Amino acid sequence: MIRLKVSDPHTRLLMAMTVAVFLAMSLLKPGVFLSWNNLRSISFQFPEFALLALAVSVTMLTGGIDLSIVSTALLAASAGAILQTQVFENPSSLAATGLAVAAIFAVGALCGGVNGALIVHLRIPPILATLGTMQLFSGLTIAVTGGTALYGFSDRFLFLGNSSILGLPVPLVIFVLLAGLTGLLLTRTGFGFKLYLLGGNPRAARFSGINSAQILLRTYILSGVLASFAGLIMAARSNSVNADYGASYLLLSILVAVLGGINPDGGFGRISGLVLAVLSLQFIASGLNMLRFSSFAKDLVWGGLLLVVLAVHQAVKNRRNRATGPLVAEDKR
Amino acid sequence: MALLNWRKELPLFGAVLGLILILGVGNAAFFSLDNLADLLRNSIVIGIMALGVMVVMASGGIDVSFTAIAIFSAYATTRLLLETGGGESIVLAFVSAAFLGSILGLINALFIAWLRLPTLIVTLGTLSLFRGAMLTFLGSEYITALPNSMVAFSRWDLVTGLTSGGSTYRVPVAFLALPLTAVLVSLLLNRTYWGRGIYAIGGDRESAERAGFATAGLQTFIYCFVGALSALAGMIHVTLGRIANPFDLVGMELNVIAAVVLGGARLTGGYGSVTGTLLGVALIVMINNSLILLGVPSFWQRVVVGLLILIGAGTTVVRGRALRGVRT
Repeated sequence: MIRLKVSDPHTRLLMAMTVAVFLAMSLLKPGVFLSWNNLRSISFQFPEFALLALAVSVTMLTGGIDLSIVSTALLAASAGAILQTQVFENPSSLAATGLAVAAIFAVGALCGGVNGALIVHLRIPPILATLGTMQLFSGLTIAVTGGTALYGFSDRFLFLGNSSILGLPVPLVIFVLLAGLTGLLLTRTGFGFKLYLLGGNPRAARFSGINSAQILLRTYILSGVLASFAGLIMAARSNSVNADYGASYLLLSILVAVLGGINPDGGFGRISGLVLAVLSLQFIASGLNMLRFSSFAKDLVWGGLLLVVLAVHQAVKNRRNRATGPLVAEDKR
Repeated sequence: MALLNWRKELPLFGAVLGLILILGVGNAAFFSLDNLADLLRNSIVIGIMALGVMVVMASGGIDVSFTAIAIFSAYATTRLLLETGGGESIVLAFVSAAFLGSILGLINALFIAWLRLPTLIVTLGTLSLFRGAMLTFLGSEYITALPNSMVAFSRWDLVTGLTSGGSTYRVPVAFLALPLTAVLVSLLLNRTYWGRGIYAIGGDRESAERAGFATAGLQTFIYCFVGALSALAGMIHVTLGRIANPFDLVGMELNVIAAVVLGGARLTGGYGSVTGTLLGVALIVMINNSLILLGVPSFWQRVVVGLLILIGAGTTVVRGRALRGVRT
């Protein structure tokens, strides 16, 4: 589904890293790391986070950024929670659950649309527009939840976060489907082609007649919808929505995206790289946990890894430039 | 020059005055001495950090690691003083924290100035790295028994007294750090060769280099300077709160950046002033601390801050377009 271009050096590096981490952890703690329970708990844990990274990645491909992903996810989830627990008499009915889920996506799309409109029509730089909406959405979340946690979802809704289909955790299934769809959208459709072109060279995109306003608007809506899926999983997994949930996710998901090879200047990056980055980071986190490091060692290793990977890339690029002269086309990553 | 700056900051100044009026008319308690003292106290840490961030933005970069630098330096210094028994001199405490902060800033500079990696990405990495290193190697417990000199410093008041209602109000001497930093940054940006270089890099790094500025050296200076300022803010935070909590401060970086952006600095570099930044800080601090006096539930604060950022950014863009329209 997602074509793994192994010719790409960054993807190759990431694959090697993911496999190495996986092997190292398997050898160090064979009985625990490779156990069914551990792999299962990993695949329940990472999808919400990976979806947020996916959401920020699509905007980074256009050369923008979406700082409002976590607030969007929480605002969407709290809309679903309110609809489910306070509006319907019988919250466990299929209709109530279905409507709650639909409301989550609708709010996600709406939030994305607001970001897109601010960026396209008011021409506010993406980082500022989404810094503003981040505060705005998160404030609205606190306002509608009254600052407390909302809970009391129906069993049908909780199924989305805690159960398995054919042995596969539902959050994992949702993530695989969405990552696959996003990958297809980016590599197989005109929209994806234009999105990459716009991110790589906005001027060339304009001269080739691409409606960049429309592409940008759709990208931010896509980001909002992907974030709302993350909100859905968060709510279903913990059976609650709380305005403070996942506060550390924002900067971490940008870190994952960059480590996955998404160029923050736009135009370059693959969904496959992102998936590999999420997996290797999750393996590291879970492995460190098993080796009885403090839970904060994860932050240390993730941050260090990002810097090392980037520094190696830059060093290689500089050496290549020196060898062949600076006229060689820069591949940006 | 001064007149031009004045005109640029006029709308912001109006917004601050307007907010003061609204808050004052809405609730006379706003002008009470203890509320005003509270506002001043609450603006020290965010104000010093904001001034540092503004310098980075003026040079065309962005720093999100400063909160981690602040708490790392303050927490490490506190532990160091406790363990070596060197807690008698407050000057030593602040100097060693600032030194530590500039070392951490140097790590940022290493990646930014020499490897030329994007500033946002580098500081995202170091935010995670510094925080993780502190919590893993230095510990994750609160320290409530601070060194004597820090406790004494926190009790040293600039102004103190009783309000007519009988409650005490106090402004600690530590408040002076904010105006001092403001003057220092202002002198740096407006009166020195380096200040000119900082704006030049922010305008266009390539041109700055060709014009003869040692851009790598300047950037190294900027990130070390910001590290030292953040460490200072972190020490003040720990001292005034009389607790060294390693989980504090990290998480407020985007709030500080919001204050700086409201103050007219641009993420694209080349712009930013001390006056604007202080006004931006005043706006954020008043919204966060005093909106509640109007009976506005505290959860609307973030909504208001978000709207202000959007309005501020929107008008900057519109005015920019209008200016360009006039010229061409």
